[in-house]
Amino acid sequence: MTEQIAPKEQSAQSEANTAARRSRRLPPSTLIMAAGLLFLAIVPPLAYFTGNEFWLSIFTRLTILSIAAVSLNLVLGYGGLVSFGHAAFLGLGAYAVGIPVHHAINGEFESIATTNGLFHIPMAVGVCALYALITGAISLRTRGVHFIMITMAFGQMVFFAIVSIETYGGDDGLTIYERSSLPAISLDNPLTLYAVCFVSLLLALYLVHRIVNSRFGMVIRAAKGNEERIRALGFNAYAYRLLAYVISGSMCGYAGALLGNFTTFISPEMMDWTRSGELMFMVILGGAGSLFGPVLGASVFLLLEEVMSDFTIYWHLPFGIMLILAVLFVRGGISGFADRLLGAKRDD
Amino acid sequence: MTEPLLRVQGLQKRFGGVHATDDVNLNVIPSETHAIIGPNGAGKTTLISQLSGQILPDAGKILFDNRDITRLPAYQRAHVGIARSFQITSLFMDMTVQDNVALAVQAHQGHSFRLWRPARSDDHLRAPALEPLKTVGLHERADWTVSELSHGERRQLEMAMALAVAPKLMLLDEPMAGMGHEESMQMVDTLKSLGDQTILLIEHDMDAVFALADRISVLVYGRIVATGTPEEIRSNDEVRRAYLGEAA
Ligand SMILES: Nc1ncnc2c1ncn2[C@@H]1O[C@H](COP(=O)(O)OP(=O)(O)OP(=O)(O)O)[C@@H](O)[C@H]1O
Ligand SMILES: [Mg+2]
Repeated sequence: MTEQIAPKEQSAQSEANTAARRSRRLPPSTLIMAAGLLFLAIVPPLAYFTGNEFWLSIFTRLTILSIAAVSLNLVLGYGGLVSFGHAAFLGLGAYAVGIPVHHAINGEFESIATTNGLFHIPMAVGVCALYALITGAISLRTRGVHFIMITMAFGQMVFFAIVSIETYGGDDGLTIYERSSLPAISLDNPLTLYAVCFVSLLLALYLVHRIVNSRFGMVIRAAKGNEERIRALGFNAYAYRLLAYVISGSMCGYAGALLGNFTTFISPEMMDWTRSGELMFMVILGGAGSLFGPVLGASVFLLLEEVMSDFTIYWHLPFGIMLILAVLFVRGGISGFADRLLGAKRDD
Repeated sequence: MTEPLLRVQGLQKRFGGVHATDDVNLNVIPSETHAIIGPNGAGKTTLISQLSGQILPDAGKILFDNRDITRLPAYQRAHVGIARSFQITSLFMDMTVQDNVALAVQAHQGHSFRLWRPARSDDHLRAPALEPLKTVGLHERADWTVSELSHGERRQLEMAMALAVAPKLMLLDEPMAGMGHEESMQMVDTLKSLGDQTILLIEHDMDAVFALADRISVLVYGRIVATGTPEEIRSNDEVRRAYLGEAA
C-alpha cells in the first residue's frame, strides 16, 4: 500500500520533454548511425584502393561481428534476454559453410557436398533457426541468472560436440579451401566480400528496426520491463520470446556463414563461451536496445583489441576491466552517452 | 436471479502457515459492482490474483461464463474477458502513455505476430487507445513517458489499460491506493460512468465503496464473513466487530 509518490516538480521538466518529443528533429542516435554507415560505405573501399588491404580486412571483420551483435541486441537489448551462448550460432553458421565445402573437396556425404553459397546460406540460417527453437524452448522457461547459465551451457555443448568430430578437424579446426560460390559474385575478391558484408549489415539493421517497431516488437520490449503485466494483458510472453530468439539466432547464423567465408579457417574456438561474452560486451558497451549501438560497441571492441594487443600479451585483463567499467558507469552504453552529450549541447 | 458471471467455489490458498484464501465462495452477477473489503493482509489481492491467473489455487473452482477457468494460464484469461488492475502500479515505465494502452488494445485484437508494419503509426491501435484515456481523463498526457507521470496519473493509466480490453469482468485492486481526496473523487466518477460494466472492486476507502458498490463482501483472514447490500453490511454486527470498528 505504501507506494512511491512521484514528485510534482517533474512536471515542468516533463513539459519540456514533451515539446522536444513533438518536434521533428532527428535524435542524435540517428545522426550517429547515418555518419557511421557513411563512414563504412566510403573508408574501407578507399583503404583498399590505396593499398591498405589489411584495413579492409579489419572492416570486414567489423561488419560481420556487427551483424552478430545486432542480432544479439534483438533479444538482449530489446527483449532483456541475456543470452550467453550466441557464439554457438556464429560457429554453426560457419560450419554450415565449412562442412559442405569439405565434402565437396574430400568426397563422402554427397547429399550436402557443395560449394554453392545458395545452399550454404539457407543451411546456416535453417540449422541455427532449428537450434534456437530447441534450445530457446528450454532456456526461455527459466529467468535471470538461470537463463544466462543455461544458454551458456548449450553453447558449450555445441563447442564440445564440434571438438569431438574428428572428420572436421576437431580441436584443430577446419580449413575452408573454397569460398561459397554465388551467381555473379566472387567472394574471393576482398572488396566484393566486404560489399556483401556491408550490405548484409544494412539489411540486418533494417530488419531489426522493422521488427522492434512492429506490434510484435512492442510486446517484446514491454515484456522486458514488465513480464507479469504483458501476460495479464493476454500475451503469451513465452511464444513471443521464442520467436525473437529464433530470429536472432538465424541472423547470427548468417553472420557465421560470412565469417567462415572471411577467415576460411574455422575452429570450435570461435564458439567458446568467451566469444559469447565478447558479443555481449559489444552490445552492452555500445548501448543495449539502441539500433546502432552494437555496431559502435563492435568498433570500439576491435579497436581496443588491436591497440592493446600491441602493448601486452596480457591485454585481456585490462581490457576486461575497461569493459566492466564502461558497462557499469556509462548508462545506455556509448550510444546513450552520445545521445545525452549531443542532446544537451543542442538544447543550449 | 440472474445467472452469475463469475462463480468461485471452495477456493483455498496457503502460503506456508498463512491461510490466505480459506474456503471462499463468491458470486459476481452481470453489471454489478461487487466490492471486497477487509483489513490489511486479509487475502484480497491473493483472491484477485487467483481469479486472473497469476496465482493458482490449492483447491476449489473458478467458473467464468459457465466455463471452468481454475487452471487456465493468465494470458488466456484475458481472452475469455477478464482484465485486472494492480494494487502496486504495474505499467511499462519507459514507454509512452499511449503505447501502454495501445498494447492493451493490441492484446484484445489478438493476432499480434505482426513483425513488419510499424505499430506506432497504426491507426487501428492509436485511435482505440485514446478512448479509454479520455474516459479516465488522461488523454492530454498521451505522449508522455509513464515515468514522468504523477502517482495519481499512473493509477488512472492502470484503469485505462483495464478498460481498453473491453472486459466482461474488471478486477480492480485498490484503484485509489495512495491517491489524494480530489483524485479519488475523480476515480469514483470514472467508475460510476462505466454504467453496466461488471466490476469486482477491492478498496479501502469506505466512502468510495459505499458510493459504488451494489453488493459488498467482507474478507477477514481469508474467509468471507458476510455478503450483502451496503446497508446490510453497514448494520451487520459481526462486520462491525471484525472490520469496520468505530468507523461504522
Ligand atoms: N507470494 C506470497 N508468499 C507468501 N505469503 C504471501 C504471498 N502473497 C501474500 N502472502 C500473505 O498472504 C496474506 C494475504 O495477502 P494479500 O496481499 O492477499 O492481502 P490483502 O488483503 O491484499 O492486503 P492489503 O490490504 O495490504 O493489500 C498476507 O498474510 C500475506 O503476507
Ligand atoms: Mg492487497
